[in-house]
Order: sequence, then structure tokens, then C-alpha cells
Amino acid sequence: MKVMIRGNESIAYAFKLARVQVVPAYPITPSTLVPEKISELIANGEMKAEFVPVESEHSAMSAAIGASAKGVRVGTATASQGLALMHEVLFIASGMRLPIVMGIGNRALSAPINIWCDHQDMMSQRDTGWMQFYAESNQEGLDLGIMAFKIAEDERVLLPAMVGIDAFVLTHTVEPVELPEQKDVDDFLGEFVPHYVTLDPQNPATLGSFGFPEHFMEFKYGQWIAMERAKKVIDEVFEEFEERFGRKYMKVYPEFVEDAEIILVTMGSMTSTTREFVRRLREQGKKVGLVKLTVFRPFPKEELREILKNAKVVAVVERNISFGFGGAVYAELSSTFSRMKEKPKIVDFIVGLGGRDITFNTLNSVVEIAEKAMHEEVDEVNWIDVNKEAVLKAEGLL
Amino acid sequence: MEVITRGAVIPEPGNSVENKTGTWRVFKPIIHYEKCIRCLICWQFCPEPAILLYEDEETKKKTPAPKEPLKRLPVVEIDYDYCKGCGICYNECPVNAIEFVKEEK
Ligand code: SF4
Ligand code: SF4
Repeated sequence: MKVMIRGNESIAYAFKLARVQVVPAYPITPSTLVPEKISELIANGEMKAEFVPVESEHSAMSAAIGASAKGVRVGTATASQGLALMHEVLFIASGMRLPIVMGIGNRALSAPINIWCDHQDMMSQRDTGWMQFYAESNQEGLDLGIMAFKIAEDERVLLPAMVGIDAFVLTHTVEPVELPEQKDVDDFLGEFVPHYVTLDPQNPATLGSFGFPEHFMEFKYGQWIAMERAKKVIDEVFEEFEERFGRKYMKVYPEFVEDAEIILVTMGSMTSTTREFVRRLREQGKKVGLVKLTVFRPFPKEELREILKNAKVVAVVERNISFGFGGAVYAELSSTFSRMKEKPKIVDFIVGLGGRDITFNTLNSVVEIAEKAMHEEVDEVNWIDVNKEAVLKAEGLL
Repeated sequence: MEVITRGAVIPEPGNSVENKTGTWRVFKPIIHYEKCIRCLICWQFCPEPAILLYEDEETKKKTPAPKEPLKRLPVVEIDYDYCKGCGICYNECPVNAIEFVKEEK
């Protein structure tokens, strides 16, 4: 059934179709509509779940951990400062190997306060042991939301997962979305079976225990193994999803790359603009390709090496910044390339922070620098569409 | 029991007895029974609890006491397997019947 829904509703419907049993959540712009819609679905009797209103995101994640430890399917949603407030609890969810799924309305972090899109919130949670998926559209938000449960709950994985949908560009934008039938999602996901030790008075166990130095590293190594194994499980789940629902997902989605000299790497909603931009460049005979990164954790090193190996320049276009280094995707991709004998030149482009639009002009600037990089040195990290003069004045440099 | 499990879960309950916390002790409390008036204050205060209570006639009778009639009352004993040596009993005893000495290892 085709419906017209906003990105936040994609996440809410993914939870409904996955028959999520507990939703602890605290509202925050731009993902407020997720708990709002879920409350509505529950109140209308359309969804059978317990909604737990809490006093902060820290408590939302804590309650999610408690519910998941009981052995039920749990979903929640947040964004930006809310996700940052959850930070320490996120490690506990992954360390306890609880397959919680969380929708994130990707938003900038203060200061200055800003409610619009960039990927800083999720990127800053890179090392918390959660899998990370980034959606290009509301359809992807829904599909990845459903698939995230299957991947997270797989006996070989047991790790929590975040699904990012871009603030406003997706969260508040109405798009046509194919809503799968309940019975098809039931078939796909199967009944929820917790493949882990749960809180059960009949079978007492200790969850969230102490780990002395002589054991701690083994538990961390377990998480490392799980994240590595997740790579294959993600492929399997993506394939099965395509067979059943006809929509194709890949950790790294390449387009126009065969003979491409310059390949743009994008994430999230900016991919749609970039696709059209690249299509037009192709019409002009320019050898430019596009690679969409859908999965950031686990980082798909193998696929990226394979797909990008013949490019001359790889232009990473990203909505996050690690001050003192560059973009997070650039950092990871550079180290991914470090083991290749013949490797493309890699150039970083910081764009669209705090909801600044990513337009054809933005991408034109990117490609201009990337073309230059084919035969001369260019800056490692390039800030695009920034009034640099004003900043230099403010910093007393002009 | 396997120590390394997924998510650091301890699937078998009641295993904390295996962890002999007495090894953590730096100072050791010693009850001098000839001073102990069997008030049970240390027994109430011990956070572990590592002070055990004996109510059977045999232990009550055979344990020394400052006065013979006190032997009608229950008597305490320190369980050194789990006493962490916090010193609370030593601090609380109203008649200074508990000595607190450096642990010899
Ligand atoms: S030293 Fe502390 S732990 Fe040991 S018996 Fe006294 S109160 Fe209990
Ligand atoms: S507090 Fe002192 S007097 Fe009282 S029972 Fe303990 S050791 Fe004996």
C-alpha cells in the first residue's frame, strides 16, 4: 500500500510493523513525531505496545535497556542533544548485547543552537558499539528500520542499531512510501526470540555485571567479533529483503562508477541531489560516479576498496566535522585505503552543516576541486559554501 | 562455569559465595570474647554481612564471656572468608572488644 508520510512516521510505522513491544522515548526536535505517532497508534488500538514516558533521553535509553533485557523487542527515537545525552548509556546497551533499534533525526549539535540537518550527532556516537544505517529517503527509513531489527537480533550479531533520517529534509517531508503488508513483515522478521539470557525470575541471572581487568577485554573482543560478523548478516538481510519486497539495499551503493575518474561518496538525503547532478555530468560526457554509504558501522572497508580502487579521485562529501582532523568519513576512508598499493587520491569536502542546503552549486564546487586534484595538489579538507572572509575577520586574521 | 559469556551475563545465580572477598582485607578485626557483652551491635552494622550469629547452646556455652550469665545470649563470630576489613565493627563495638590489626599475609 502506498502512503504519503513524513520520515518520522516511517520510523513509527517500521516499529509498528516490527511489532515493537516497548517504546521508551523522550521527545526532541526533529524526531518528536516518532513518539507522538506511536502514542497515537497505541491509543487508537492500532499498535500493541507499552509506551514509557520518561524525563530525559538518558532515562529513555536506560528504560530501553531494561525492557530489552527482559527479552522483548524495543524501539526508541531521538536526535542531536538527546542522543548526546544518551552517550554513556549507549555503551551499556551494546556491551550488554541488547538488540535495541533507535531512529535518529540527524541534527546538528549546539552551540550555536540549531535544529537542522547534519550528521554530527550520529558520527559522534561512532565508537559506542552500535550499528549505524543512514537513509536516503523516507522509504529507506522505513525499510532500514524494519531490517535493523532482523540484523540486530540475529544470533550471530546481538548488537543495537541506529537508523538515521536527515532532520527536516526527511523527518518532516512528506514522501510516497510503499508500506509493506503486516503479514509479509511478520514472515520476514519472524516472531521475536531473544537469543540471549533475559531477566526472568524463574531463571535468575546477573545482567550488567562487573568486569575485572582479567576479563574486560574478552567482552570487548566479543563485541568486535559481533560487529565483524554483522557485515555478512547485513548482506544476507538486504538480499532477503530485496527478494521479498523488491527494493535493493547495499552497504555501499555504487552508481555510474565503472569508468569513473572522480567518485563522490555521499550519505543520507544529499545522495538524491548528487545522483541527479552526476547524471547530468554524465550527459556532458564527464566521467563522474557516485557511491552512497548506507552503513557506517560496521564500516564496509572491503566493498569500498573494491568499488573505489580504479578511481583517480575520491571526493568525500560529508555533513560532519572532527575539529583538528577533518570529516569522519574521510578519516575512515583514508585509513581504509592505507593498505592498498595503488590508491585513489582522497579529498574531503565539508558541506551542509546545520541544515545548509546542498545544491548543484555546492556539488559544482566539489567537482571543480576534485578535477583539479587529478593533476595537482589541493587542500586535504575543503569547506564548501562558507563565507570564509567573514570568519577570518571575526578571528582577527583579516 | 564459563566466565566469558556474551554481554558479560552471569547465567548461574548464587555464585557470589565463590568470590572470597576476604582476600581484599588489609586490616583484620579480632573479637576478644573475654570482653564481648554479646550486644550484637557489630552484627547489625557489618555491611557484608561477615559477622555470623550463633544461637545454638553448644557455641553459646563454649565461647568465653566476661560474665557467666552472658552465655545465655547468642554469640557472634567473624567470617574471615568474606570480611573485607572495613573496620565498622571495630568502630561500633561499645566495649572495645574488637581489635583491628594489620593483616599478615
Ligand atoms: S571489618 Fe567490616 S566486614 Fe569485617 S566483620 Fe567488621 S564490619 Fe564486617
Ligand atoms: S559489638 Fe562488641 S560487644 Fe557487641 S557483640 Fe560485637 S564484639 Fe561483642
